[in-house]
Amino acid sequence: MSIAIELAYLIASVLFVLGMKMMNKTKSARQGNRLSALGMFIAIVATLVQIDAISLVEILGCIVLGSAIGLYYANKVEMTKMPEMVAIFNGFGGLASFSVALSDYFLRTEVNMESIELVTVISIIVSVFIGGLTFTGSLIAYLKLNGNISGSPITFKGQHAINLVLFLGFLTAAVFTVMDQTDPMLIIILIVIALLLGVLTVIPIGGADMPVVISLLNSYSGMAACATGFILNNNVLIVAGSLVGASGIILTQIMCKAMNRSLINVLLGGFGQTVNEAQGDGPSITVKEIGVEETAMLFDGVSSVIVVPGYGMAVAQAQHVIRELMEQCEKRKIDFKFAIHPVAGRMPGHMNVLLAEANISYDKLIEMDDINDEFPNTDLVLIVGANDVVNPAARNNPQSPIYGMPILNADKARTVIVSKRSMGKGYAGVENELFGYPNCLMLFGDAKQTITKVVSEMKEM
Amino acid sequence: MSSEALIILIYILVLASFLGFELIAKVPPTLHTPLMSGSNAISGITIVGALLACNEMGYTTISKWLGMVALVLATINVVGGYTVTDRMLKMFKKK
Repeated sequence: MSIAIELAYLIASVLFVLGMKMMNKTKSARQGNRLSALGMFIAIVATLVQIDAISLVEILGCIVLGSAIGLYYANKVEMTKMPEMVAIFNGFGGLASFSVALSDYFLRTEVNMESIELVTVISIIVSVFIGGLTFTGSLIAYLKLNGNISGSPITFKGQHAINLVLFLGFLTAAVFTVMDQTDPMLIIILIVIALLLGVLTVIPIGGADMPVVISLLNSYSGMAACATGFILNNNVLIVAGSLVGASGIILTQIMCKAMNRSLINVLLGGFGQTVNEAQGDGPSITVKEIGVEETAMLFDGVSSVIVVPGYGMAVAQAQHVIRELMEQCEKRKIDFKFAIHPVAGRMPGHMNVLLAEANISYDKLIEMDDINDEFPNTDLVLIVGANDVVNPAARNNPQSPIYGMPILNADKARTVIVSKRSMGKGYAGVENELFGYPNCLMLFGDAKQTITKVVSEMKEM
Repeated sequence: MSSEALIILIYILVLASFLGFELIAKVPPTLHTPLMSGSNAISGITIVGALLACNEMGYTTISKWLGMVALVLATINVVGGYTVTDRMLKMFKKK
């Protein structure tokens, strides 16, 4: 391979690194993303010059088709649907690496009839495993997020034993593949097990644990690209793949830490299913309701407000009307901020994107550790569609499944209003004792509708 | 692949992973969603492998077909990933 092509790949790698570095500031992030895209363009051009002219037509056809689908989806997708989009794109990345690995395998064994080196065979097997698992796992994550299949954990007896047996079966088939590379039956077994494991490992994991799952699958899609780099002996694939792999792992860690759970605990799944009975005898809580007009009057009379958004805000698409509420408050010189819990929503940073979409300045969005001390001095907290992340049981009830999870200290504010559709439980399946607190008022109804009414009341005041 | 060549690839893998950890740890939580969709686009780098796999003559081989499937998917990932990331980052404004 000529030195010029290798140098082009090096430039692409440097641009990926620079692009990621510029993501550390909101101001430079957009430029960083463009640099990264430029790197990708250079890598693609450097590869295209190695292609025979005859194949060029169908290659361009595939690129045009892929670009059209990508552009259409990227421009059409709603911001509330970003977790779904990232999930399905992780799957595409995994499937692409998986297909490249298999393509290379069949090319070497069936077309060229050559024997494959040990390192390459192992890389092909790894790529098929991670790529296949990423594909079906992401597909299940997508279907769960999109509501096509239930977001609650799907568990059955012997689940983990089956996964273990399948994994051991994969290892066995892998060893035989290394010994006899030409047997297509073995490869088919590897493919089937990899695809099955993707499904089986994600179905027991519940909807609110999806931030962890998506981050992990993101990491896997990078690792699959990395393994493909070892097959093709290509440096840029290894560099880019390991950057993505590292990125996903860090996000996974952040998410687990924010829930005070280990990765293993999340991956074993079934969270929130068994706790109901254990809690059954607890005293039932009585809540106080508040109406739209009283809410508007409360807002009118305070001097500081913190909004705690959660997944329910995304479901109700309430981010825009909350911006209007903010404008009403700012007119009255009320200090208005948002408190963002790291696992609010269905993917890392989900709330931030939704509020940015509603044209809310990002310096209003304060992270948990920076805002927790401010709650005791805050007049009014409005909780929109968040539940477990404000449940004081995490602080003071060692029996609670969420005990130990860092939470937003919303309960310490003078008054708390909870905008909620009904008295349903949070993801962890536990009652939120905050709702029974003397300073807590429930504003029942669809968040978008009720807050719209609050805003129009305030406009008339 | 000679063992020297393999060692170099492993060096690249290990050092790039460390670099990745250092870089990502500094990304603020506000940008975690664009970071994910952006890294999604970067994992589309497998498009390079897909292009090489498509470079097979004739449609008789399964290799060619797999390569073309991979190419379409990787292109979706690259184009869609960068576009949606740009769309998101455009919205992050400070007033």
